[in-house]
Formats: sequence, C-alpha cells, structure tokens
Amino acid sequence: MKFESQRVAKPYFIFALMLFVGQILFGLILGLQYIVGDFLFPYIPFNVARMVHTNLLIVWLLFGFMGASYYLVPEESDTELHSPWLAKATFWVFAAAGVATILGYLLVPYGELAELTMNHLLPTMGREFLEQPTITKIGIVIVCLAFIYNIGMTVLKGRKTVINMVLITGLVGLAVFFLFSFYNPANLVLDKFFWWWVVHLWVEGVWELILGAILAFVLIKVTGVDREVIEKWLYVIIALALISGLIGMGHHYFWIGPGPYWLWLGSIFSALEPVPFFMMVLFAFRVVSQRRHQHGNRVATLWALGTAVMAFLGAGVWGFIHTLAPVNYYTHGSQITAAHGHLAFFGAYAMIVMCIISYAMPIMRGRPQGNPAVAQKLETFAFWTMCISMLGITLALTVAGAWQVALQRLPESGALSFMNTQAKLIPVFWVREAFGLVFATGLVAYLASFFVGQKAAVNTYVVETHATEAAGEFKAQGACCGSCK
Amino acid sequence: MSEIFTKGMARNIYYGGGFFFLLLLVGLTLDTLRELPQRDHRENITESVARGKAVWEENNCIGCHSLMGEGAYFAPELANVYDRYGNGNEAAFAQFMQSWMAMQPLPTEGRRKMPQFHLSKEQVDDLSAFLIWTSRINDNDWPPNREG
Repeated sequence: MKFESQRVAKPYFIFALMLFVGQILFGLILGLQYIVGDFLFPYIPFNVARMVHTNLLIVWLLFGFMGASYYLVPEESDTELHSPWLAKATFWVFAAAGVATILGYLLVPYGELAELTMNHLLPTMGREFLEQPTITKIGIVIVCLAFIYNIGMTVLKGRKTVINMVLITGLVGLAVFFLFSFYNPANLVLDKFFWWWVVHLWVEGVWELILGAILAFVLIKVTGVDREVIEKWLYVIIALALISGLIGMGHHYFWIGPGPYWLWLGSIFSALEPVPFFMMVLFAFRVVSQRRHQHGNRVATLWALGTAVMAFLGAGVWGFIHTLAPVNYYTHGSQITAAHGHLAFFGAYAMIVMCIISYAMPIMRGRPQGNPAVAQKLETFAFWTMCISMLGITLALTVAGAWQVALQRLPESGALSFMNTQAKLIPVFWVREAFGLVFATGLVAYLASFFVGQKAAVNTYVVETHATEAAGEFKAQGACCGSCK
Repeated sequence: MSEIFTKGMARNIYYGGGFFFLLLLVGLTLDTLRELPQRDHRENITESVARGKAVWEENNCIGCHSLMGEGAYFAPELANVYDRYGNGNEAAFAQFMQSWMAMQPLPTEGRRKMPQFHLSKEQVDDLSAFLIWTSRINDNDWPPNREG
C-alpha cells in the first residue's frame, strides 16, 4: 500500500461482504419458496424476500465499487485521497440508509412504506430493482455525488492514468443514468423505456467500464506486465462493450411497446455483446502468461482469471442464448432470464469485487504478499465451490426455463397455465436449491479464509523480511506488493 | 496485439465509438418517442388508469408478477390477464378482479400465496383499468399465447 488514505476502502469491503451474506440467505429463502409456495408466508412474502435479495446485491456491489475506487485511485493517481474524512462519513451515511431501507422492507408492508415515505409526492417506488423509497434514492444520489467529488478531486490533483480515466467515466455514468430512476410517468411504456436507461446502461454499459478498470489494475499489480500493454487491451475491451451495449439495449425493447426495428437492432448489436467479454478472457490469460513476477498472492490472480471466464459465460454466452428476437419471443421473462441474471451478476460483478478484495485486503492488513498459504488454500476452495455451484444453479434454471417454454409458451393450443407449469418444474427447483446450499458453504469458507493462518502470517513475514533484507531489496517495504508499478 | 495497432488508436475507438453510439442511441430514442403514441394509445390513459398504475407500484406487484415479461417470475404474467380472463368484456373483468382480490390469500396449502392487500373497491377498479389499458399496448404480439 502506497498511501495511508487507501485504508478507507476497508470498511467498504467488510460491509459489502456482510450484505453479500444477507443476499445469499434471502436467495435460499426464495429458492425454497419456489418449491414450497407458502414457506414463511405471510411473514416474509416472496416479493419482500426478492426485493431484499436484489437490493442487497446492488448495494453490496456499489459498496464494493466504492471500496475499489478508494483503494486504487490514490495509488493510480500517486497522491493521497482528496478527503479520507468525507469517504468515512459517506460510508456511514450509505450504510445507515441501506440498513434502514432493508429493515423498512422487512418490517412494514410495502404499501405502508410507500405511504410513510410519502411516495405520492414523487412516485418512484414499486419498479423492479428500483423499489427503494424516493428518500433513499435521493440519499443514493447524494452519496454518489460526494463519492465522485472525492475520487474526481484525487484524480485531478494526481496522475491521470488510463485506469483512472476509465473508472471515473464509469462512475460518472453510473450516477448520471441513475437519475432516470426519478422519471416515472403514468404511461407504462415510457416508464419501462427509460427504466432500462438505469438498468441496462448500468449493467451492460458503464459498470463494464468499472469492471474493466478494476480488472486491469489488479492484473498490473499481480503480473507486473507493462502498463502500456494492459491499457491498450482495456481501451479495446471497453470500446467494444459500449459499441455493442448501447444499441444492444434494443433487446429489451422487443416486447414492451417500441417499434419493430428494435427487433433487428437489438438482435444484431446484442449478439455482439459477448465479444468484449471474450476479449477479456484472452486479455486476462495472456497477461498472466506474460507475467514478469510471481506475486505471492496467487489467489488474487485466480480471481482475476475467474472473473473474466465467468463474466464471459454469464453475460456473454448466457446472454446470447436468448438475445435474438425470434428466440426471445419464447424465452422472455422465463426461468432462462433468471439463469442469465444469476451467472452474469455473479461472474462479472460479484467476482470482480471479490477479486479486488482478494488483492487489496491482505495488503491493508499488512500482508503485502497476500495471505498465508493456508488461508489462500481455503480461499481457493471457496472460489471453486462458489463458481461451480453458481454454474449448477444456472444450468438448473436453464433446464427449468427450457421446460417452461416447451410447456407454456410453444404449444399453440393446450399450453399449460403458468401455475401448472411451475408445479412441473419443482424437481429442477430442488436441484437449484441444493446448489444454492453448496454456494452458501463456499461463502462460509470464503469468509473463514479471512481468519485462518493468523499465526503463520506473522512468522512468514519475519522470514520474508529477513530474506529480502539480505538480498538488499525492498528494504523499506519488506516485500513487493506491486504497489510501486 | 501488434505494434501497428497503437494505444492511441485504441483510445480513439473507445472515445469516438462510445460517443458515436451514444448519439445514435439518442437519435433512435427520439424517433421511438415520436412513434410511441400510435403504439401505446396514450389517449386512453384515464385518471383511473394512472391511479391503477400507482396501486400496482405501491403494492410491489412486480415483486412476484411479470408485466410484459419484466418483473419477477414467481406469479403469472399480467399484461395479458385481461385477454386471459376478460373475454373482451371490461365490466366482467372488473367484477372478476373484485372477487379475485377479495379471495386472497387462497387457502390451498403449499401453493404460492398472494397477500391480502386490503384494497378499496375503487382501487381494484383502477387496477383493472390499468391492466386493461396495458393489454392493448402494441408489443409486437407478445406473449406467444394466452398463458403468458
């Protein structure tokens, strides 16, 4: 770690992981509700559990992105963070607002929450993923502004590296497109049209810039490969992401009102969306194969490679299988959509946050060469457990979706009703729930990896410090963490 | 990548390409906004339809149902619920909605449950008006059949 102020990232990462645990717990509840329809009813109805599950995801990823930015921007800019105090203050504001909102979902019926927060003054609630009370949305905007101001001022006074510029473009885009969440006209078609300007332009647009920047940063650090090479790749990947993704938004405009030319535009451009993710896989593996040094934090490298592969599978392959209009006509809003959503969010965004945590957390805890071997071993086990079980969840949901389409969508006469179809899918939903439990096990192992090998760590450092001092290298730092690259 | 393809070129593709396609998106959006009135029949958005949308939102219906295929996938699609149960008769559909909403939650054990929302008669009528209007949006003929 180069600058003391990078340390403000720590509470962001810790809180992100706490919310992640909540997300998975509610995921398990939801999975069971798909099988036992009245599980926990009326205490936690499905809509409440789902809202908690998806909102926790969004918020923990935002915490992760913020932590990542606070960690990497000072280092990239080669200067202290503009205001560590502001970063700490916004952490507590965001955490308090997030917790209050989730408690609101759980403790009060949604209708009452809408009344309590005076939704009628500026109605923004009750739309998928944007369920937060208007007051929470305003809070998110204020927190984002303070965050971008802090990051922006740091970049302005320091080095303007490519990673910094790409990251800040992504963050500004994130804040700007969120403003569309305040536009909620009585016309459902307009509402839906611009709702996608938040949702699609986040996950298939500006978030990809953030993902690319974080991945490039970690790769520079763990491989020591020349910045020039990595920056060129980064530019190409995000250029392709925007070129395919902006008009690729058309794949959401097939069946919600806009005209038929979107069927063509959406199909063609979104069919290209896997390309940047494939480039990301090539990029990650090539850079790692050309590495200049073997960083002691091997599991961080594994996360970087894993993120590229799983993002390609989830966002790229699973997006492609249902993105062409003639296919999407039958799969739209089926369990196929759910399959894609799970693997894409995990592979691209959950994993990039765990990747930067895996790299940065040990450094912030005084372990520049990564966690002790025993901890890395456990983290590696957690990595594979979570990746494989998420693939299992995705495959199960894909089978459920294909079956659903065959029973409910394809037949021109004698199609099964929605509810009867769902009853037929219960065996597959059991498989999904089982993989969900395996995922939870992986998560427990992941969290445990932060606490094992504490004693061993101290010993290793003593040895390593002596060794490097003897070699006359890196005297001040003890060992190279890649921060000086 | 080869030396002929420089970082400067990559940067220009990013900024140039990103900016060009953002402009194209804005242009296509303007064109779509011009075309939409013929497709969404906004002249039929009455006070009741608008109130119905608010009832839909303030009870988080999208948390279980889908509407034009978007939302949760736990409960039936409702953009075509009028086509499914209305038989082209608005009054009959509104009547059906009144009794259906009053019946919830259904007592069948193990079945997915819809909560009792304690809506007033007017609120349920507004909801019906909203769903009837929604069913008439030109959505390129989705869903494939009446089951949604």
